[in-house]
Amino acid sequence: MRCLLDGEAIGPLQILTEPLSFWGGVDVESGQIIDPNHPQFGELVSGCILGLPHGRGSSSSATVLAEMIRIGSGPVGLILSEPDQILVAGGYVANVLYAKRFVVSVGDLPETSEGVFRLDADGLEQLGA
Amino acid sequence: MCGPTTNCLSPLRRDPDLKLSEHDLASLNGDLGSGAALAMGLLVAIASTDGARSFIDIVGAHIDGCLFHGRAGTDFVRALVDGGSQVKVPTTLNVSSLDLLHPDLYRGSDFTAEAARELMDLHVALGCAPTWTCAPYQLPDRPKLGSQIAWGESNAIVFANSVLGARTNRYGDFADLACAVTGRAPATGLHTGVGRLADVVVELDVPETVFAHDIFYPLLGFWLGANTGNGIAAIVGLPAATTEDDLQALGAAAASSGSTAMFHAVGITPEAPSLHECVKGVDLPTLSVGIEDLRDARARLGIGEGVVGAVSVGTPHLSSQELEKLSALTAGRRSRVPFYVNTGRNVLDEASTAAITSLEAFGATIVTDTCTYITPIMGPVDGPVLTNSGKWAYYAPANLGVEVVFAGLSECVEAALTGRINLSDPFLTS
Repeated sequence: MRCLLDGEAIGPLQILTEPLSFWGGVDVESGQIIDPNHPQFGELVSGCILGLPHGRGSSSSATVLAEMIRIGSGPVGLILSEPDQILVAGGYVANVLYAKRFVVSVGDLPETSEGVFRLDADGLEQLGA
Repeated sequence: MCGPTTNCLSPLRRDPDLKLSEHDLASLNGDLGSGAALAMGLLVAIASTDGARSFIDIVGAHIDGCLFHGRAGTDFVRALVDGGSQVKVPTTLNVSSLDLLHPDLYRGSDFTAEAARELMDLHVALGCAPTWTCAPYQLPDRPKLGSQIAWGESNAIVFANSVLGARTNRYGDFADLACAVTGRAPATGLHTGVGRLADVVVELDVPETVFAHDIFYPLLGFWLGANTGNGIAAIVGLPAATTEDDLQALGAAAASSGSTAMFHAVGITPEAPSLHECVKGVDLPTLSVGIEDLRDARARLGIGEGVVGAVSVGTPHLSSQELEKLSALTAGRRSRVPFYVNTGRNVLDEASTAAITSLEAFGATIVTDTCTYITPIMGPVDGPVLTNSGKWAYYAPANLGVEVVFAGLSECVEAALTGRINLSDPFLTS
């Protein structure tokens, strides 16, 4: 796994099976996926380590991701199958402006599993038994 | 607070193979102000993400971040302004949330309007030109063949690369402005010669009669985006008479249904004098588009009949030619439903008094600086909204909660006259 944006995320895993547009695809206030065509429609990204293939659609997703990190409705870290500079830009700005530790890595998406995980520059690990 | 200039918990992962000039390093280290450090840090982050090895100078930028999406956008631009930054290259601005020429059209809250205005003013304070258009390629001094630029806004990006032959990657919010204030861009992808070659060939298997119908181009674009994703297609078979407005409609639809940043129209666009000059090697995958594919695209963009609630045209902003064409179609007639015309203040400035008078007598509401699909301008509608824009048709249902019917420009005008939708084009009837 290659780290694109260094930080530390602790939370449950949420794995999306298709790309997601943060602009128009997620409710900024609640963190709920509102794109009716998305397989994980209705699920929450808030507080999760979010795995997804890559972003999709509008370049405004960078601002939307940064805004969600700012107000606390966003995921705490991302694992991407493919590098996505729009999501890296959103995470970078949130980290620098708001002293967050949002982390972005690229690599194989893990299997969905229960429990709490930590994602940092060294990779993903499960916390506790 | 930890920033790009400090080591404490810095988020920056700089690819060791990425070379920075002395000036880039001085920017990154904060020697040129905190604004330059913020911008250069962001560029290093995205360059490392994309595997770029160096940065290049750019000669212009177009910024998509002036549409208000929340305080994070405002905080970023303010950090640049407070950090002493100014744009280093001529920089134009995309649509915002407000129509400054017709402020009464805005139906949103005062709070959002004030926040949107603040974001616009901050961009102007950085030295950006207050152009407020998603069609910067209709402004004077547009980029030339081979110019290195950093543009945001998906339709502008695909037009710049494909039709002008200028070179830009798909820059998102923050990144376009970071390029503008540093005058630099990561040397990768569409900024390089090899990165601009087609990786898929698209052949048209349609009767020549379709080329005369304006909806052919956005339908082809919708199909292209949906079927070639973020690839670069070489389209074979478009007629020599294809106009810039046709290519604009094609590109805007492709950049909505897919991540299209560039296409070649062989024999028409500047980097594709012939197929072999614009493709990445031989044995490329070849796709064929037929009339059924276009009908399917039309069905997905919205078909319907019955009462029409409103009409919206001009996404991307209408060009001068399109405005004159619309004014000729509407001359001496009167719309029975709200009819919105989105265009740039630059186009409105140049338009003839006769054309404006004709459109106003028709009952059209002319919208500048923003667009009806991204901000509350349209009133409640009683029935589906008709549009000739593949982009509007793609985004408006989710953004506005309206039903959309996609049609040609003359069909939009005819429906406005009767208040009823009557689709009679060859993509449905033949």
